[in-house]
Amino acid sequence: MSHGAGTDALVRMVNQIARNVSPGSPEVAASQTASHLNSFWAPSMRAALLEYVASGGAGLDDVALAALSEVR
Amino acid sequence: MSTLAEQDYGTPAVAGPATVEVDVDGRTVTVPAGTSVLRAAAQAGVDVPKLCATDTLAAFGSCRMCLVEIDGRKGTPASCTTPVAPGMKVSTDTARLTRLRRAVMELYLSDHPADCASSPGGADCELHDMAAAVGLTQVRYGEGLSHQGDQGAAKDTSNPYFTFDQSACIACSRCVRACDEIQGTFALTIAGRGFSSAVAASAGSPFMASECVSCGACVQACPTTALQEKSVVDLGMPDRSVLTTCAYCGVGCSFRAEMRDDVVVRMVPAKDGGANEGHSCVKGRFAWGYATHRDRQLSPMLRQSPADPWHEVSWDEAIAFTASRFTAIQAEHGVHAIGGITSSRCTNEEVFAVQKMIRAGFGNNNVDTCARVCHSPTGYGLKQTFGTSAGTQDFASVDKADVIVVIGANPTDGHPVFASRMKQRLRHGAQLIVIDPRRIDLVRSPHVEAAYHLQLRPGTNVAVVNSLAHVIVTENLLDRAYVAQRCEPTEFAGWEAFIADPANSPESTEAVTGVPAAMLRRAARLYAAAPNAAIYYGLGVTEHSQGSTMVMGMANLAMATGNVGREGVGVNPLRGQNNVQGSCDMGSFPHELPGYRHVSDDSARQVFEQLWGRRIEAEPGLRIPNMFDGALAGTYRGMFVQGEDIAQSDPNVKHVKAALAALDLLVVQDLFLNETAAFAHVFLPGTSFLEKDGTFTNAERRINRVRPVMGAKCGKQEWQVACEIATAMGYPMSYERSSQIMDEIAATTPTFAGVSFARLDELGSIQWPCNSDAPEGTTIMHVDHFVRGLGRFVPTPFVPTDERTSRQFPLILTTGRILTQYNVGAQTRRTENVRWHDQDVLEIHPHDAEERGITDGALVSIASRVGETALHAKVSERMPQGVVYTTFHFPASGANIVTTDISDWATNCPEYKVTAVQVGLLTRAPDTVAFAEASPELAT
Repeated sequence: MSHGAGTDALVRMVNQIARNVSPGSPEVAASQTASHLNSFWAPSMRAALLEYVASGGAGLDDVALAALSEVR
Repeated sequence: MSTLAEQDYGTPAVAGPATVEVDVDGRTVTVPAGTSVLRAAAQAGVDVPKLCATDTLAAFGSCRMCLVEIDGRKGTPASCTTPVAPGMKVSTDTARLTRLRRAVMELYLSDHPADCASSPGGADCELHDMAAAVGLTQVRYGEGLSHQGDQGAAKDTSNPYFTFDQSACIACSRCVRACDEIQGTFALTIAGRGFSSAVAASAGSPFMASECVSCGACVQACPTTALQEKSVVDLGMPDRSVLTTCAYCGVGCSFRAEMRDDVVVRMVPAKDGGANEGHSCVKGRFAWGYATHRDRQLSPMLRQSPADPWHEVSWDEAIAFTASRFTAIQAEHGVHAIGGITSSRCTNEEVFAVQKMIRAGFGNNNVDTCARVCHSPTGYGLKQTFGTSAGTQDFASVDKADVIVVIGANPTDGHPVFASRMKQRLRHGAQLIVIDPRRIDLVRSPHVEAAYHLQLRPGTNVAVVNSLAHVIVTENLLDRAYVAQRCEPTEFAGWEAFIADPANSPESTEAVTGVPAAMLRRAARLYAAAPNAAIYYGLGVTEHSQGSTMVMGMANLAMATGNVGREGVGVNPLRGQNNVQGSCDMGSFPHELPGYRHVSDDSARQVFEQLWGRRIEAEPGLRIPNMFDGALAGTYRGMFVQGEDIAQSDPNVKHVKAALAALDLLVVQDLFLNETAAFAHVFLPGTSFLEKDGTFTNAERRINRVRPVMGAKCGKQEWQVACEIATAMGYPMSYERSSQIMDEIAATTPTFAGVSFARLDELGSIQWPCNSDAPEGTTIMHVDHFVRGLGRFVPTPFVPTDERTSRQFPLILTTGRILTQYNVGAQTRRTENVRWHDQDVLEIHPHDAEERGITDGALVSIASRVGETALHAKVSERMPQGVVYTTFHFPASGANIVTTDISDWATNCPEYKVTAVQVGLLTRAPDTVAFAEASPELAT
């Protein structure tokens, strides 16, 4: 189901998470970001973001993009 | 005043292992060493007459009524100021003592109004009780001729809740001492000398014009009718009482609701209340009249569209309409198209019922709570580091603290009863560090002064806490033995390396935070060197884009210095509403079942699935802001809102209102037709705390009983309504009484396993966890090990908020609350508390005001990137330059029209504390729609 929320908001939120998780390697940050999304975001929001990535994912930071490959 | 149910032992209890055995009138009693003879007598069942003595105040020894004779000692010492001694033999009832007491009492009554005993509150006057106790039947000196004039002649009626009648005063100083010792305001004094001695507020001002904060401690302490509640004068003395719990802040004070028939005469703080120990504030003590206010909507109402007028319906019709519309929405748009919000003003049982209605009845996890907008970062941060979402201490723990750090909290306004306790400890020698952009009262008030006030710029909390930790690490002030024993070594090593980076040094962060590096270093050393250092924090920590990071930063600091797991230390959230802790405990977050167990936890989910007979989704549901986004997108179409005014309290209300307006069905349950109800299709009346039957859990995890003093005015308890909606939607839910809900909570939630109404009645209150390991509850958490096992250090990089000042918006707006009002004001605005605060104002530094031509009281515009509103200015040096402040107690102020929807990265808790704004003198009526909507009376 599409979450339908403004994609801008989802992009902003995931970028913010990626910037705030523990400072370490990009791989670790991506893994922690993915874990956070899987634990706290509704499936519809995750699905909407994955759909957005499939369409190009403009505006997503590198860590956020990497994280989304681990998102269910 | 006298209370209906509590014995007064005359002097405070003394703690200590050593005991002394004494003989009082032939009765042997064993008491702790240091106990007064007066208290020992009371404990032996011997009531010694007294007037100036009461067990909430230190002995004073002025009234000469509690005289006793002691074998082997000369004279007749005052028993209140005489400590017991081993083998002491005390006589309290001899002919000599009787003669002396009668003589003294004669003098008191000769200067006391003759009609006192027959006045409406006359039965409240201990003087008459004591006259009877000493057997005085006749006064030789012209009884009833008060040298202060006739009763009432000099009466101060300025305070809306109590009167002060000088003529009935016996100058015992109990009120003065209560204001000093308990409340810590020092507003009262004894003016004059000798026979002219008289109680005076702020050197002779009327009470209303004085520094008095109307906590009621003086009224509570007064032994006569000199200080008396107006409600007693109006209604007469109460004849029964019910022990219950205040419904304002997260302190959770216990009160005796003293009743006359079915009318509340007064609320008296309970001396045996675990959280407040007999103290109160102006809200809990006096501002309960909203519960019977004429604005209460007591019947359910419906309408097809928010544009239509309301019409009252029966409960059956309202429930059926609600259920059918929710069901229809799910049939058309899917199971996830509806959800709800629980309220931190409601009981644990009511909240549990609503989340069960949503998880089992609606069939999804779209349940969130108003804690989303206040302490959700506490839940995240403390769980990550310590293993559970709760403050570590009880309130009494502060008595053992040597250094107290207050971060982003204003306890004297937000949590006044705990603030009084904290100030008592500060007056007894603890040191204080305040970290706050504003110069809050605690920074400097009578007999309290902060050692350091780190006046940081809003939005830089994490940089400050990192610098504090940097000093502790680089100057080797760590408690390495504690860390080695109690914390995960790998995580600690990573954190230590991170925090030691010179980028975190005070010198590096000073330019960002505005906190002088040298002061920050001294503060860090003070915290680290203290035998016991405790952190108390509020929404000034959580309501930031890095709220969760800051909570983890404070937890790191406490673990690094060994300040978790015993009395006097810890990390303690000061919860905003009465049941924030409880609503979170009860599974109100979309990712957590009751007891903070993630919905993906198969074993936890199975417990509920087996009991409830429904499958529980293993994925998180929507948070409140996600619900709003979904509403605007058309995917989220029906919402149940329990006791929360999201159209006033949530940020960027233009966005919120657009989302609410987009819903197909909005159901609001509340006491009043609030701002959110303007968008509702169904209004379901709620119950006030005087009608509720259940429990609240306060900031120290203390579960207190909320007992009804009257029946539900709307005819149903709120948990019944949730049950009936779920049942009408096809999921049968029913309980005969609220205690059964607590039994279900206990059966499903390990930390509540030992809790029941019967056990609460037996123990008075219980701090969770309460189970077989801790059958009477847990005062201090993480004593031998953390809930998660080893404590976990988490690196806390400082990431500046996206909300930045600019030439167009050069000031930072931060928001908070004031002593006499409470949150969105729905309750306190409907009481006499508006006499102190009848509108929100904008506090602004004199320099910022002068630059803009703003004078005190001027109407000013406040514009942010998302909206504009208007307030009257209050020029105040409490504010730092560049920062303005307002409260959000009045809908007309529109504070949340200007706040943005930037939120905490981990929890989406809104960043109320940082909004870039411009402030200008309003020379014309603002033309924005938002302003006109929010401030109609100001706009016209």
